[in-house]
Amino acid sequence: MVRTFCILGLCTVLSITAFMVLGARGNWDFILVFRGTKLLALVIVATAIAVATILFQTLTSNRILTPSIMGFDALYVLFQTALIFTLGGFGFSSLAPELKFALELCLLSAASLMLFGSLIGQGMHDLFRMLLVGVVFGVLFQSLTVLLQRMIDPNEFSVLQGSLFASFNKVDTTLIALATPLVLACCALAWHKRNVWDVMALGREQAISLGLNYKRELLIGLALVTALIATSTALVGPVAFFGLLVSAISYEVTKTHHHGPIFLSSILISIIVLVGGQAIFERALGLGATLSIVVEFLGGLVFLFLILRRVRV
Amino acid sequence: MRPHPAPLHRTSALWPIVLSVLLTGLIVGSLVTGAANVSALDLFRRGESGDILLVSRLPRTLATILTGASLAVAGVIMQTLVRNRFVEPATTGTGQCASLGLLATLILVPGAPLLAKMAISSAAAFAGTAIFLVLVRRLPPTQPLLVPLTGIVYGGIVGSISIFIAYENDLLQNISVWMNGEFSGVLQGRYELLWASGAAALAAYFYADQFTVAGFGKDTAHGLGLSYRSVMIAGLGIVALITSFTILTVGMLPFVGLVVPNIISRFRGDNTKETLPLVAILGGILVLASDLIGRLIRYPYEIPAGTIFGVLGTVVFLWLLFARPTRRG
Amino acid sequence: MIGIENVTFHHGKSPILKDVSLTIKKGGITALIGPNGAGKSTLFALMSRLLPLQSGKISFDAMDIRQTASRELAKKLAILRQDTHVASRITVQDMVGFGRFPHHQGRATRVDHDKVSAALEVFDLTAIAERFIDELSGGQRQRVLVAMAYAQDTEYLLLDEPLNNLDMHFARNLMHQLRDLADNHGKTVVVVLHEINYAAAHADTIIALKNGKVASHSKTDEFMTEETLSRIYDMRVKVRTVDGLKVALHHV
Repeated sequence: MVRTFCILGLCTVLSITAFMVLGARGNWDFILVFRGTKLLALVIVATAIAVATILFQTLTSNRILTPSIMGFDALYVLFQTALIFTLGGFGFSSLAPELKFALELCLLSAASLMLFGSLIGQGMHDLFRMLLVGVVFGVLFQSLTVLLQRMIDPNEFSVLQGSLFASFNKVDTTLIALATPLVLACCALAWHKRNVWDVMALGREQAISLGLNYKRELLIGLALVTALIATSTALVGPVAFFGLLVSAISYEVTKTHHHGPIFLSSILISIIVLVGGQAIFERALGLGATLSIVVEFLGGLVFLFLILRRVRV
Repeated sequence: MRPHPAPLHRTSALWPIVLSVLLTGLIVGSLVTGAANVSALDLFRRGESGDILLVSRLPRTLATILTGASLAVAGVIMQTLVRNRFVEPATTGTGQCASLGLLATLILVPGAPLLAKMAISSAAAFAGTAIFLVLVRRLPPTQPLLVPLTGIVYGGIVGSISIFIAYENDLLQNISVWMNGEFSGVLQGRYELLWASGAAALAAYFYADQFTVAGFGKDTAHGLGLSYRSVMIAGLGIVALITSFTILTVGMLPFVGLVVPNIISRFRGDNTKETLPLVAILGGILVLASDLIGRLIRYPYEIPAGTIFGVLGTVVFLWLLFARPTRRG
Repeated sequence: MIGIENVTFHHGKSPILKDVSLTIKKGGITALIGPNGAGKSTLFALMSRLLPLQSGKISFDAMDIRQTASRELAKKLAILRQDTHVASRITVQDMVGFGRFPHHQGRATRVDHDKVSAALEVFDLTAIAERFIDELSGGQRQRVLVAMAYAQDTEYLLLDEPLNNLDMHFARNLMHQLRDLADNHGKTVVVVLHEINYAAAHADTIIALKNGKVASHSKTDEFMTEETLSRIYDMRVKVRTVDGLKVALHHV
């Protein structure tokens, strides 16, 4: 295990270096700050998604779900649009970005706790129904978003824009000051409760039998997941299968059920894929926007593979 | 398994009547709605108003009905063949494959005539759905919800390939149009392909019983003297044609083929031959209604019917998922 | 002592349990039996706090399950349901180790490790301690779960139809293990059973539920009569004594 982490650590350092250094031209002070900020944003996003996905998969006792498949992202985008709809474009943009973020976070947390807390609490034997419901909710939210967008500005022909794919090279760096402490706090809490998650992974009945206040831990976990996903969506947009890709690799690489090592390895792997991938795609290959699409594609394949394999076993 | 409610003999005649009345009402409504002031009677008079009706509104109305009917029928075919209530062209990757085919045409043979486009996109849709069926065979029959789930993800993967290619070739706008169906561009002379789509749906009516038998599986079908292979090909062929024609003309309307047959099935059971006409009419009604709502909700601007149905359809889909009685021991 | 007072439970509109009151004395094996739909599993779920009480009171040695923290209760009673799916790759040792969680909350001590080793010994799992549980057979997995409940070191052990899905070989083994736990380790075992003869052979007390009410609560010997069984199961059941053991001929 130690060797695994050494390798992961090395790759992480390599990825970060590549990102900062590849294709750099000009004033180093400028580059350091410019790329450094982007790097920080990407690292925060990578961490948030990794931890959120692992935790979500534990809470739902399975490895095929990610919060994004369940429509969390789409819900966030819907809220954004709904806010614009109610406040008007001007009112919306005159909100301080911090206030906006906080508001969205609260609304999103409340809604998703309601939505998914009730679904999950009922016992997961109807797993696939839940998955399907999640996917359909995602489509519903997306349609509502388009609807609202058209109602706001009927002249605008909505191209398949960022609302469908994340853009890792156009990161919203204004929210970093807020996002970083939030993500760090959530991760710290998730880490602190890692033993609890180990037990939660055994399922509702075992968890209760072993003395956990299941509902309470579930809500806390979901709140953490929501906060993390909301933050990452605010920074780069929706990421459906990225989390799945990362978690699947993490479980293969760290063959343990303990959440401590899994959180760690997933964060590292996430950073490697995101930062390293962006370095390769943006700097080396010059294909700026395509990392997210490639990741979604790979992640989708993993999803299909997991479904088909799980089923064969 | 599918529910078999006791057939309501007295009210069985009610359905077609109610639906027809609804349809007529909507047709009239659709004809009179629009930026120009037109009355239905203008249809019979010559002059500018009559032209608007003939060139724009009547075709549009017909287009929505045809699309709704054909997509709904396509849904029924797939559900019968796969024996799963949740499959339809949008949850099996058919739509995305058709788009991919169209995309390939645009890039590789941009000057190709309409016929070629039709052929290639239908072929792509056919191939893509066939692949999906192969995938589905590996799933356990005890988990019916896995089928649409896999289909949606499969469609998503194909979709992301399309988006990638489109992005690299600056064709994103086209994909957007194909995947989000709307009827605002329908004019006389621009939508006739949908009649072909309707014809394909009609053909399904004559194949209905054979589809049902094929749905029971290869062995049962052979036992009853049916050529399983040719029926499957016919069924898939019809679905592929309908899907690609629809996408070519107005774009994809997801969930029509899912929602409509399931509504009918809830009330009228699953006898395909009997319910097919009802499914077609209801499909036409719902899509026409969506289009009408889209034209009215932010008058005089228009919201695509695909978006409206995307909201309505998903809500109904969710209701279907939750309202299904969980039959556990 | 387990005290169940005036427990009523409705599922939607249908009443599942109707004013059930029971006292289960400490020690020995108590079997909970009855026809399908009698409410056994519901009562079990209420006792193990897997289902929230709607009315009435349940207490373990004066600990009211509604008033006591789940963590404290977890040191009092251990629950075993049928083999629930556990997706992750956990070793036998780790799984049994989870049984200590109520005691150490994640920070295992020497004492905990010792108890886990002891549990592995008692259930003959030491040889496969490092194997992953999804590699084991159904019977072995069941043993692991029982070992885990044992490691939890509680006075009360509640099991819900643990013999379903087990081969005869493992089913019998399990009942012997439960007997051992009751006799030599001082545990009070309450087990919901579907098959009456297992209860007859291994339990000290039998509680029969029918239509949501307690139809009978007596020592096994007193219970195993044609009259009682026929009343409970609504069919004529003959009882014979074979090798000193009372057997219900419910299948002929």
